[in-house]
Amino acid sequence: MVERINPTAPALELRGIDKRFGSVHANRAISFSVARGSIHGLIGENGAGKSTLMNIVYGFHRADAGEILVKGRRVDIHAPHDAIAAGIGMVHQHFMLVENFTVLENVVLGVERGALLAGSLAHARAELEKLARDYGLEVPLDAVISELPVGVQQRVEILKALYRGAEILILDEPTAVLTPQEADALFKMLGRLRTEGKSVILVTHKLREIMAVTDRVTVMRQGAVVGEVATRDTSPRELAEKMVGRAVLLRVEKAPARPGDALLRVSNLEVRDRFGVARVKGVSFDLRAGEIVGVAGVSGNGQTELLEALAGIRWPTRGAIELGGRDLVREHLDPHARRTLGLAHVPEDRLRLGVVMSFSAEDNAILGYHDGPAYHRGPLLDRTAIRGACEQKMAAHDVRPALPAQRISAFSGGNQQKLVLAREIDVDPRVLIVGQPTRGVDIGAIEFIHKKLIALRDAGKALLIVSVELEEILGLADRILVMNGGEIVGEVARAEATEEKLGLMMAGVKEAHA
Amino acid sequence: METYTVIVLTLAATLRVATPLVIAALAGMFSERAGVIALGLEGMMLGAAFSAAAVSAVSGSAWLGLGAGIATAVALASLLAFATVTHRGNQVVAAMAVNIMVSGLGPTLALAWFGLGGQTPQLNEVAQRFTAFAWPWSQTAREHPLPGLLYAELLSGHNLIVYLTVALLPASAWLLYRTRFGLRLRAVGENPHAVDTAGISVNSLRYQAVLICGALCGVAGTYLSTAASAGFTRDMTAGKGYLALAALIFGKWKPYPTLGACLLFAFTDALAARLQGVALPLVGVIPVQFILALPYVLTVLLLAGFVGKAVAPAAIGVPYSKEK
Repeated sequence: MVERINPTAPALELRGIDKRFGSVHANRAISFSVARGSIHGLIGENGAGKSTLMNIVYGFHRADAGEILVKGRRVDIHAPHDAIAAGIGMVHQHFMLVENFTVLENVVLGVERGALLAGSLAHARAELEKLARDYGLEVPLDAVISELPVGVQQRVEILKALYRGAEILILDEPTAVLTPQEADALFKMLGRLRTEGKSVILVTHKLREIMAVTDRVTVMRQGAVVGEVATRDTSPRELAEKMVGRAVLLRVEKAPARPGDALLRVSNLEVRDRFGVARVKGVSFDLRAGEIVGVAGVSGNGQTELLEALAGIRWPTRGAIELGGRDLVREHLDPHARRTLGLAHVPEDRLRLGVVMSFSAEDNAILGYHDGPAYHRGPLLDRTAIRGACEQKMAAHDVRPALPAQRISAFSGGNQQKLVLAREIDVDPRVLIVGQPTRGVDIGAIEFIHKKLIALRDAGKALLIVSVELEEILGLADRILVMNGGEIVGEVARAEATEEKLGLMMAGVKEAHA
Repeated sequence: METYTVIVLTLAATLRVATPLVIAALAGMFSERAGVIALGLEGMMLGAAFSAAAVSAVSGSAWLGLGAGIATAVALASLLAFATVTHRGNQVVAAMAVNIMVSGLGPTLALAWFGLGGQTPQLNEVAQRFTAFAWPWSQTAREHPLPGLLYAELLSGHNLIVYLTVALLPASAWLLYRTRFGLRLRAVGENPHAVDTAGISVNSLRYQAVLICGALCGVAGTYLSTAASAGFTRDMTAGKGYLALAALIFGKWKPYPTLGACLLFAFTDALAARLQGVALPLVGVIPVQFILALPYVLTVLLLAGFVGKAVAPAAIGVPYSKEK
């Protein structure tokens, strides 16, 4: 079968791509095309099938049916090297870089020009210097990856694709680890690639990015394409409704906060990791009743360590955490004792710290509170009471399906998170610390969780919310602390906060001028 | 002059003891840098030691013995790779299974074939073994001890495999750091996902690494039964595979530091042999059992105390699958 190359054909065309994983129908007869020299958005909730589709295009998975056309010609993609040969490059959400290799070594890996390395490296060096000039992609070629900031690592990934001659560049959630300024720089660069005639597929769940840079956008829901529009003809609201399948509130309404007394007082807190490196450096703040304080920052700037120190999982080397007149650090109170004092914690890494994946929902719903008298009859667990309590929580928090005996791993991320939240607020804590409240949670559940958190605030609780999603911080917080390099580099009232101002602070610029 | 002779002889013994350790540790390096735990070194060496001795005894050729040793260790390595790479089995369990199997199978086969109580026949003929050979004029050189003894004992007077090992080390380092194969091998042990997305087969790379590991273990095992001693005896590796693995970790998975660790272990071993029955000032004669335990005690101390910051290949021990 000889098919000719058509100069006006789209850069990439998918026809009827279908894929099942067991009983899950991940992609249902998906067709769409990406024009040459365009940025095409692919948007959908977690689990909508975007990643599966892109993995099929890149040769990680094989489609059960359907075909892929590059520049009008059908290509068989069995493995990533077929995709690379067809001019398709992919920048994964988790970078595919060898951490202890240099930039140069990472770029040549897989496309060496012979059995010896020296020649390959010299050739790549010359080539990359040219690419750097053409696209403004400056990268220190001899630096080791693990020493580079994530924004630069991402540039290395893009360079890798270009060095392999990619004409079609797929970026999977590229801004998850970037500050807003870094994201803007990325988008500017994508614009330059478009001008050069390359095609870009931007996979994301962030509506703002779709609106800012794409030419067209394809919306996926439950494995199928539910809409394709020119970006200028649509709105974030319309896209969100298509993604979820019903009307959603992108930002939850809330009344102004009425802060009361300080419930939690953190002073001069210092936390070191196991190598003795200070991760939290002299952090102080108050948390008052009836307010939500948001901690913004690029992931890895001490937020995790701060959360864990507050929850009692990690011991600070210095400083005090006062709750109800008691110093949790000096008294060496463990997480259980802290819970008894009214400090509840929704951990940011749900799978590692929030739930036990092999346990049922009802068992997960009592973890940490399983010693409570309500769940016991003598020394034995009272299974009836546990089931009843779980049913109650599921009803109150809209956890679906409402099956207490089902394994937690069979629930979606959003429903797991709702159950964890239910567990922590069921005991009526005075202070609630929440890490990444909606990580891996779909839009519908985000709306629910945000409403719950605001309701807690209005009931006079003090909430500390750590999130890498700036939109989430802006939507929830009454006061925003920005962390960079383990320090709080600034505090902004919600009314004065803009994405740009916070972004600069997140990048470590202390005196931000909005 | 007496002390001088003792020192030179101890150093020469160190070289001989270090040889199988260095080969096995380099074998382990290829496997572990590719992300496959090399706990099977012990079993592969032991299997090779048995085959080499058996074939050499029957055929009368040490070279055929070497071939059989390598073939056996490579076969065991393929089994390991099949279990851990193709079928993503637990690497520790699979390796231990091979070790235990070989430890029983060797003596059993030896008993069935030779009827000598689980040993192979003594290799008495010169052609059946890799024997030491003296360089020219080494006898003459002994008459001038200061440089002469060094020449006669330290440089001359070893078997072929010892000299091969001296060349094997820079060759391995070159392969690992200067070639395409080495780059890919190191990458697959750090981040197999990166290798896969770069369009290279993770499984094929890991197979190659484990098979190289097997081939080298074959040489090391052959050395034990046909060079260091004259025949196979039950459990004759005596933990050398594990010791090599310890040296590899102590050497931070790098060729030259690993050599250093092997030499250190071998030196304590050679020293222990010298110290047997020797009365030391203050302590008197040290019990043999204690002296023989020295290298292993040292291993525990070194691994516990001095390599805290050794960073293993990031993906070691983790079977690769596309889904994370």
